[in-house]
Amino acid sequence: MERIKRLFLPKPITLSNGKVIQPKMSPAIYVVPILTFMTLYSIQLTGFKLATLFRRGYQFFVILDGMIPPNFAYFEKVWEPLLATIMMSILGTVIGSLLALPAAYISSENMMKSKFVKFITKAFLSVVRTFPILVLALLFRIIFGIGAFAGTMAIGIFTFTIMTKMFYELIDTADMGPFEALMSSGASRIQAFWVAIMPQLWGQYFSLVLYNFEMNIRNAAILGYVGAGGIGLILNERLGWRVYPDVGLILLVMMITVYMIESLSRTIRKKLL
Amino acid sequence: MSLNSRVNEQLSKQPKVLLKNTAIIVLNLLILFLSTQYVEIKGLTETGVDIAGAIIQSIFTPNLEFLLNFSTKGGVPYLLLETAAIAFLGTIVGAIISIPMAFLSSRNVVPSWVAHIGVAIITVIRTFPAVVYGLMFIRVTGPGAFTGVLTLAIASVGMISKLYIEIIEELDPGIIEALDAAGCDRIQKIQYGIIPQLLSNFLSTAIYRFEINVKYATILGMVGAGGIGAPLIFAINAYRWKDAGALLVGLIIFVLIVEAISTQLRKKLA
Repeated sequence: MERIKRLFLPKPITLSNGKVIQPKMSPAIYVVPILTFMTLYSIQLTGFKLATLFRRGYQFFVILDGMIPPNFAYFEKVWEPLLATIMMSILGTVIGSLLALPAAYISSENMMKSKFVKFITKAFLSVVRTFPILVLALLFRIIFGIGAFAGTMAIGIFTFTIMTKMFYELIDTADMGPFEALMSSGASRIQAFWVAIMPQLWGQYFSLVLYNFEMNIRNAAILGYVGAGGIGLILNERLGWRVYPDVGLILLVMMITVYMIESLSRTIRKKLL
Repeated sequence: MSLNSRVNEQLSKQPKVLLKNTAIIVLNLLILFLSTQYVEIKGLTETGVDIAGAIIQSIFTPNLEFLLNFSTKGGVPYLLLETAAIAFLGTIVGAIISIPMAFLSSRNVVPSWVAHIGVAIITVIRTFPAVVYGLMFIRVTGPGAFTGVLTLAIASVGMISKLYIEIIEELDPGIIEALDAAGCDRIQKIQYGIIPQLLSNFLSTAIYRFEINVKYATILGMVGAGGIGAPLIFAINAYRWKDAGALLVGLIIFVLIVEAISTQLRKKLA
């Protein structure tokens, strides 16, 4: 009991001159009750029941069991949506990364002088960044019609907001020496930026592009759910019909694709940095 | 030697990368061209411009009655509270499962072959997007917030355990040896040597994942796993823009608040 009490309230220390010091109370004394309360409240709100999990949990393994062995004959129908997913990610990443260049320029502390422009772009980007990619896809599906184009645009905008943020942080920390040298020799700000700042950052920029591409491959896989093209469409359909061997194959193919693209992108990124 | 010829001499020393760069650019353009073949560029649908206008307008003129309805279960505040609860509980469950997972996959705790198996399992879990787990769990526990919690828990395990492993593998053994030398017993070693090293990083990781889970919880609602996603997808599909606007505004404010709190807490922990 003493030990548990000491976890929260450390023992007073007596110094050699007789002064007694009480070390600070551990923050656990208020963090633990708050966390407990929030957990209990969430359990009540979400209807979390361990009993249901124990009663129905085996169903999850029934599904997993149904997926093994995967139905390899189904690959015929998988490769085309898979290719579409990859192409959507490529195109979306390229669109987003290109748009991010000028946007990062006007949001960076050291390049952009106008506080007003910086504030507006940063606020706009933070607001757009709060939209999950599926919400964007849902909106674009109505604007652009069902299909891969809506998905591509969703990926493009999503990448744009993330890339801009990551890239202006890089511009902020770039070495300003060459930039000032060019400015003093009469170059315009944009010229100086392009010749003095960008060469420092191209490697990191392409590394970010590849990193976003990795993320987008995973994201693109789910866009099919709202009708925005790609492999998610058939995944949802096959799960709905409970054709688990086909689902198994789709997941296997997805896993291999993601793994291959990640390894490839990591190898290139190592060379870039 | 004049300045110009010195500049020219220096320029001629530049490595010759033209051929290599051209090859890379051509290859990339080829991939890009191929991808445009796959993604049929359709432009806007006939009503697309009007709809885009309606969506943007709706964010500025949301259905205020719906947005500020604090009393009943149908209002935006309640839906956001439910979303937060799903994300919170998912993070807690995920973080708790991650602790033993991470210890059993750390090379400085278990033999390296055990660690390899653990890391492989975690990698497989991380491969699939949360929505895929959501679609699977719906067949297990039915639609509702409970499914959302389970989905986020599993999806969190993938990322949290990976980060926890990194934290555990960076444990400083010197501190524990020092405590050993000072004659501490096992519990004291854990209390003064291990917990202080791990706790703040563990909490910081969990808070960061909570921020991500809040966004995922919105998405999961769309597949029927509780929270604000389902009303949002219904409102958009039914072209009820005022309601959709209220939900989106609620979502924007909510996510911005969560991001701000999470950043502040993590700054304190660091």
